Amino acid sequence: MSVYKKKKLNSVLFHIGACALGFIMIYPLLWLVASSFKSNETMFLDCYSLIPQVWDAAKNYASGFEGIGGVPFMTFFGNSMIVTVVGMVGCVATSLFAAYAFSRIRFKFGNFWFGCVMMTMMIPAQVMVVPQYIILKKLNLIDTRVALILPWFFGGAFLIFLMVQFFQGIPKELDEAAEIDGCGRVATLFRILVPVVSPSIITSSIFAFYWIWQDFFQPLIFMSTTTKFTVPLALNMYLDPNSYNNYGGLFAMSVISILPIIIFFIIFQRYLVDGIAMDGIKG
Amino acid sequence: MKKKPFKKKDNIAGYLMLSPWLFGFVLMWLIPMFISIYYSFTDFNLLNTPSFVGVDNYVRAFTQDDTFYQALKVTFIYVLVLVPCRLAFALFVAMILNKNHKGLGLYRTLYYIPSIIGGSIAVSVVWKQIFGNQGVAFALLKLIGIEQEISFLGNTKTSLGVIILMGVWQFGSSMLIFLSALKQIPQSLYESAMVDGAKPWQMFLKITLPQLTPTIFFNLILQIINGFRVFTESYVITDGGPLDSTLSYVLYMYRRAFTYFDMGYSCALAWILVAIVGVFTVVLFKTQGSWVHYEAGRE
Repeated sequence: MSVYKKKKLNSVLFHIGACALGFIMIYPLLWLVASSFKSNETMFLDCYSLIPQVWDAAKNYASGFEGIGGVPFMTFFGNSMIVTVVGMVGCVATSLFAAYAFSRIRFKFGNFWFGCVMMTMMIPAQVMVVPQYIILKKLNLIDTRVALILPWFFGGAFLIFLMVQFFQGIPKELDEAAEIDGCGRVATLFRILVPVVSPSIITSSIFAFYWIWQDFFQPLIFMSTTTKFTVPLALNMYLDPNSYNNYGGLFAMSVISILPIIIFFIIFQRYLVDGIAMDGIKG
Repeated sequence: MKKKPFKKKDNIAGYLMLSPWLFGFVLMWLIPMFISIYYSFTDFNLLNTPSFVGVDNYVRAFTQDDTFYQALKVTFIYVLVLVPCRLAFALFVAMILNKNHKGLGLYRTLYYIPSIIGGSIAVSVVWKQIFGNQGVAFALLKLIGIEQEISFLGNTKTSLGVIILMGVWQFGSSMLIFLSALKQIPQSLYESAMVDGAKPWQMFLKITLPQLTPTIFFNLILQIINGFRVFTESYVITDGGPLDSTLSYVLYMYRRAFTYFDMGYSCALAWILVAIVGVFTVVLFKTQGSWVHYEAGRE
């Protein structure tokens, strides 16, 4: 009986601690959502409270969606969606092909190129930004959406690394059997391997999605026309008290800006855990 | 092992599969890298033709530029405080979650969410409001009778701490990696230790920690590289202030390039950063033999 009681007590203590930590972790988010419902006038009276004294959600969201500088918020949202989806698809596809080549094909200088992949992971991407800017300018691509997509489109070192790890966990007999059955390389990759590595493809897509969606540095440097801005750049404009003095709108659009990431994450999180866990087995 | 010759068919297939990445690598990395090295030895403001000045930019950084040292100091403190704190906290939470309790999935998700939205401007907005003037921290302290004269973000002594706290808050991704590593420690090790009468903390020090060292090593490298890249927080929350107390290295590079159009100098700063990150990585790899425990027979 006493052992049982002790176990029970332990479990209760665990849940109290875990919930408290969970609350602290999620408080900033809850705070943001609550603040987006508060009226501008009472915003700072009870700022830590999560329950608005005076509700003003409709006005906040309406004024937020109106946008800034005559550009509605949905324009920024649309820009971000295009850049993120196209960038993500390119990034994951390129990484998948590269990972397949590195882990399944023995070709000249293969190891050297894999070393280059690892090197790009070690060098902070910001180091390249001045010359990238100059190249894109020479190509007349500065201030276009292509400039935002291009750096992502050619794959990410971390994703290649993740997928190579995953490929190595899959027995080579699988592809060999397919090839004996007369499957070509491309068919083997798409029909046999892609379904098997799908957790790592989904994991990579999640990473790529939230990297590109949240990317601030490159848009900040590559873009100058407001109508082509992505959501992070737009929010940065909302933050400037000289051009936009409306906290309700700022908080409302901040909520909208993280909504896609949260939704994407909730839909696919089951695979995310699989993808990382499987990866851990090899690492 | 003797080398087998490469098959022509394999070479073609390999390069075809690799070609999209290779194209991007050459266009977005290799060419920019050489351009950047070249610019770092020139005086260049985007409008003039770059004029060669030798190592002047590098000399200037180390001998004449106090802001460079300030940015370096801020970034070093940031990395050296954040990375150990974040990893220790991630490991601590992972240890607690690594038991069979109900609702683990929910907690795991709750703790992970800050990691996925951490880089967004929205979170920086929240942090600015919580720790800034009229902020939540301000009000909460007032509630328990402490009146602050200046907010945490306005105070040069605490501003960087607030930025670091935001990083620690995003411990979730490291926690997930630790969790999956903890699951792979053979249970038999603990069982035999238990038979020998080992105490829990002894088991932690003698079994858990050594078994986790490869994971810690992997995390350490990733986090250090990431830490040196800190930009958004510094730019959005404080704009490097007050008095450059949160001026991150990349923010300073950005300003040199796109506020002062001092492109050559900015490229030199970039390569100094690469060298620093490189030194950290090499030192970690060189010392791993003395503390990272790889099981015999493992690849």
